Amino acid sequence: MENQTVTPSELKTEEFVVNIGPQHPATHGVLRVEVTLDGETVKDVLPHLGYIHRGIEKMTESLGYKQSIFLTSRMDYLSAHINNHLCALAIEKAAQIEVPARAKAIRIIMDELQRLTSHELWWGSCAMDIGAVTPFFLGFRDRERILELFEQNTGNRLTMSYIIPGGVMNDVRPDFVPKLKALLKSIKDYRKEYDQLITGNYIFQHRTQGIGVLSKEQAISLGCTGPTARASGLSCDIRKLYPYDGYEKLDFKEVIDYGCDNWARYVVRMEEMSQSIHIIEQLLDNLPTGDYRTKLKGVLKLPAGEYYQRVESARGELGVYIVSDGGAKPYRMKFRTPCYSNLGAVKPISVGMKIADLMANMATIDLVIPDMDR
Amino acid sequence: MKALYNYLKEVAFAFVSLANGLLLTLKYFVTPWKSIITENYPDNRDHPSVADEFAGEVILIHDENNEHKCTACTLCQMACPNNSIQIISKQVETEDGKKKKVLDQWVYHLEMCTFCKQCIDACPQDAIKMINSYELSCFDRSTLTKVLNRPGSKLKEKAKVTPKVQE
Ligand code: SF4
Ligand code: SF4
Repeated sequence: MENQTVTPSELKTEEFVVNIGPQHPATHGVLRVEVTLDGETVKDVLPHLGYIHRGIEKMTESLGYKQSIFLTSRMDYLSAHINNHLCALAIEKAAQIEVPARAKAIRIIMDELQRLTSHELWWGSCAMDIGAVTPFFLGFRDRERILELFEQNTGNRLTMSYIIPGGVMNDVRPDFVPKLKALLKSIKDYRKEYDQLITGNYIFQHRTQGIGVLSKEQAISLGCTGPTARASGLSCDIRKLYPYDGYEKLDFKEVIDYGCDNWARYVVRMEEMSQSIHIIEQLLDNLPTGDYRTKLKGVLKLPAGEYYQRVESARGELGVYIVSDGGAKPYRMKFRTPCYSNLGAVKPISVGMKIADLMANMATIDLVIPDMDR
Repeated sequence: MKALYNYLKEVAFAFVSLANGLLLTLKYFVTPWKSIITENYPDNRDHPSVADEFAGEVILIHDENNEHKCTACTLCQMACPNNSIQIISKQVETEDGKKKKVLDQWVYHLEMCTFCKQCIDACPQDAIKMINSYELSCFDRSTLTKVLNRPGSKLKEKAKVTPKVQE
């Protein structure tokens, strides 16, 4: 046999395609990511969608306006209240329905609580993707207490269908305010635990700082919104830019970070949790009394025309575009969901990184798959 | 020298930060009652901590005389987004010879219900409500289709005279 000597530079490496998902714990749902790898380095990322496509936009065309609300809770199930709020706002704008002050305040409280639950869950799962298990339990524990409050006041835990055109479905319980006050106090304590456990953690910092850099230009051209874009220095908080339901009267900060990396996205979300608590606290002390909803007709009809409404969901700008032909059913209802646009950022920030960083990148962008597929 | 100092400082910081996190774990290890939110589920069945408001399933309210308030107007059926409700009515003749529509079967498909409470909202008579039942699993899907009006039940007379005005 002939003896061959091969120098390392002559060694040929081959690119290797790995499928992550659709049933992979790190993708938080049925997202399939086709990753081209060279060794451990990511060469290409190609997300495949459609595994949880339910045709929500098409289904709304056969339902009335009031009935479509319940479908929107199933898009981004981690911010169901905000999705309901979006639909309710769009319909109110089109039909020119006045909403009582109490309903507006309850809506904002629910929205911000929902943002808290969403970010708490994200905190747990993000840390788990990076390799820590304890935060997952802590995140779920804290989310559970808020969900209990939802259960007592809205009747459901995950898909509420609570915010409806004209106000909210039912009034909150009399003990809502004291309970929420106690809850907010404990959430503040939990925030300290989060910092103790993860924010100050050396390994976590090194896994996130300088990894997954999304420049402001990229964020704009990809249409990223929400904390993902705000961590790149882009001011895009709909609550500030196009306030709805009384956000303009509240004092809160738009959290912007210029770090552009995973760490910046982490910091933005953590700070947003504090801002949410701050917003709720302002409303709690003088929750308006009076009606919690305007009674509407059984069958709601919108005047013919086109309507667009946007809100700030936990993941970014959520929009709905309604085309009405004057009938009881929408002619077309198109949702602009934040996760779909944010998904585009996965490829530019991951190419050239290691495969373990891809997981961290996907975690800090906070993808919710049913929100993309609808 | 400076580089070595920085390196050692970083190593020390790393250990401190890890110990800090472990301290929290240790705290919960020695005082576990501070964070217990799970429930001893089958054991606490007789005093479950489910909120009264929890939307578990739809029921038709019957009073002690086995009377309900449903006039078979089918508004709830029309409000339901996924056809979980079928109101089957029949024509009966009253004593004075008039034809009248009464409820025959109030069919509720629990397996399709999304607990959105649109039906409760739509009912002008407040004849239905949601209760907080939670052990709904079963082996056969067909057992989830229920007839909500009890056998022999009839319409409460007074409710017909004062229907809630809908704007
Ligand atoms: S709760 Fe909703 S889905 Fe269930 S029966 Fe009532 S209207 Fe239909
Ligand atoms: S339950 Fe209420 S809405 Fe439904 S048919 Fe009976 S009276 Fe009408």
